[in-house]
Amino acid sequence: MSPETRNKRVAAVCIVLAVLAAAAIVAFMTLGARGSWSFILPFRGAKLAALLLVAVSIAVSTVIFQTVTNNRILTPSIMGFDALYVLIQTVLVFFLGAVQVSAADPRLLFVAEAAIMTAFAGLLYRWLFTGAVRSLHLLMLVGIVFGIFFRSISSFLQRIIDPSEFLVLQDRLFASFNTVDSTLLGISALIVMLAVAVVWRLLPVLDVLALGRETAIALGVDHRRMVAVVLILVTVLVAVSTALVGPVTFFGLLVANLAYLAVPSARHRVVLPVAALLAIIFLVGGQVILERVLAFDTALSIVIEFVGGLVFIVLVVRGAAR
Amino acid sequence: MIELDKITKSYGETVVVDGVCISLQKAGVTAIIGPNGAGKSTLLSIVGRILGADAGTVHIDGMDVARTPGDALARRLSLLRQENHMSARLTVRDLVTFGRYPHSKGRYTADDAAHVERAIGFLGLEPLADRFLDELSGGQRQRAFIAMVLCQDTDYVLFDEPLNNLDIKHGVAIMRLIQRAARELGKTVIVVLHDINIAAAYCDRILVMKDGRIVEHGEPAEIMKDELLSAIYEAPITVHRIEDRLVAIY
Repeated sequence: MSPETRNKRVAAVCIVLAVLAAAAIVAFMTLGARGSWSFILPFRGAKLAALLLVAVSIAVSTVIFQTVTNNRILTPSIMGFDALYVLIQTVLVFFLGAVQVSAADPRLLFVAEAAIMTAFAGLLYRWLFTGAVRSLHLLMLVGIVFGIFFRSISSFLQRIIDPSEFLVLQDRLFASFNTVDSTLLGISALIVMLAVAVVWRLLPVLDVLALGRETAIALGVDHRRMVAVVLILVTVLVAVSTALVGPVTFFGLLVANLAYLAVPSARHRVVLPVAALLAIIFLVGGQVILERVLAFDTALSIVIEFVGGLVFIVLVVRGAAR
Repeated sequence: MIELDKITKSYGETVVVDGVCISLQKAGVTAIIGPNGAGKSTLLSIVGRILGADAGTVHIDGMDVARTPGDALARRLSLLRQENHMSARLTVRDLVTFGRYPHSKGRYTADDAAHVERAIGFLGLEPLADRFLDELSGGQRQRAFIAMVLCQDTDYVLFDEPLNNLDIKHGVAIMRLIQRAARELGKTVIVVLHDINIAAAYCDRILVMKDGRIVEHGEPAEIMKDELLSAIYEAPITVHRIEDRLVAIY
């Protein structure tokens, strides 16, 4: 494929996706609206903002995570990043008590949690990605075991916790695409924007990192440092999306792999926006279809997880066959 | 000049590189040969700072490889590894363009584009330039990687078994190319080779490694000897002079 036709195809894909995303957003804001616009717009606007933030953080975190791990099956959530977030939440309520946690400024608390999570993830996952473990399947297994481990500790603590404190905790954890936690919108938006700005500056480095550790070093990239930076960005973005809507396991995998298929380019300045647009179309558009067209109350996450899970299985099977 | 001082590396109990000390003059093609497991690739990876040594230092033109910033080193030294697996979907031209990264950090200029086209031309990859790497044969892909390394335009170039996957025609072409790069462009090339006859025919110096040590080094005529090669490879080898070449028969 010549560079010209390739650029044309990339531009075409981007335009189509942008139009679809815009249509989804407009539909989300206006379809089935009854009553005063001064109520509807801010109410739906907050929900929309949360969905957009989640879409961008999941898409960006998954793509850059797959770049540094050099692997298109692993995602932060498969490796247990969001389970770690849930565990930290649970441990906080368990040891500090619901009163303390509820009294604290949610934004301050969120920053503290994200910081703890980043430190933990840094310690835990760094050795996995700096060449200590060579086998992909071992890596996946370790990640899945970590995820189950974190979830088990969380559910154990949730069982022995004081029932009234459990209610508080449940309220904090069981966010979904329908009941978005909007107190965190401002700080989340700020964090996502900062993270995306850093990613934007790193675009050429990310392209080189995708060539693998050895080639990246040979081309003069400080591999250890860059992997650490990317893992911190991933952790922060996962913390944002998990805080807003709770854990979603396979969504990132779905949009990242669709983005690789959609555009004939490996450059991050193309793949990242495409993945983010796809994520927006799926989340916002999916929500519109479920709520307004089909009038279902089913959680969108169930549908997304179902499709994403199928994609995951297909990828694993195809990867094993190669 | 490349100076290695007491380079040691072990994996667990096994010592792979055992106190290697050597200095290599600038210019010319140096081959590293030796039996499997002699530590050739490991030594090359340490020089190319892909692998840290357990002890010892590598200096390239006086720069300590372990301490010099990666990007400064990447403008002096390039390296092609044996296995080059990648998940990203790239065309040949995309890949070769990465060779300019140390110089332009992703803001590729017209000068970079000229370098890229020259490297593609050097390896005869023009008809394949816009094909994706996963659509190519092993040998074509290998040539694309070599083009990337040459595009990096460094004084020192390290190749780890560049003839893997190549047929005779392309293997010979690559060795000629390496020879030409050294003679005409004054590059210093170190290449790990399996075929001793190729090493003798195309290289200016040969380093022989066994059990993590350099057991012998010198010009091909000094290395291509029956007893020496037979002892190193633990198999009967006789060297014959055919026309003006030394050829090992085994």
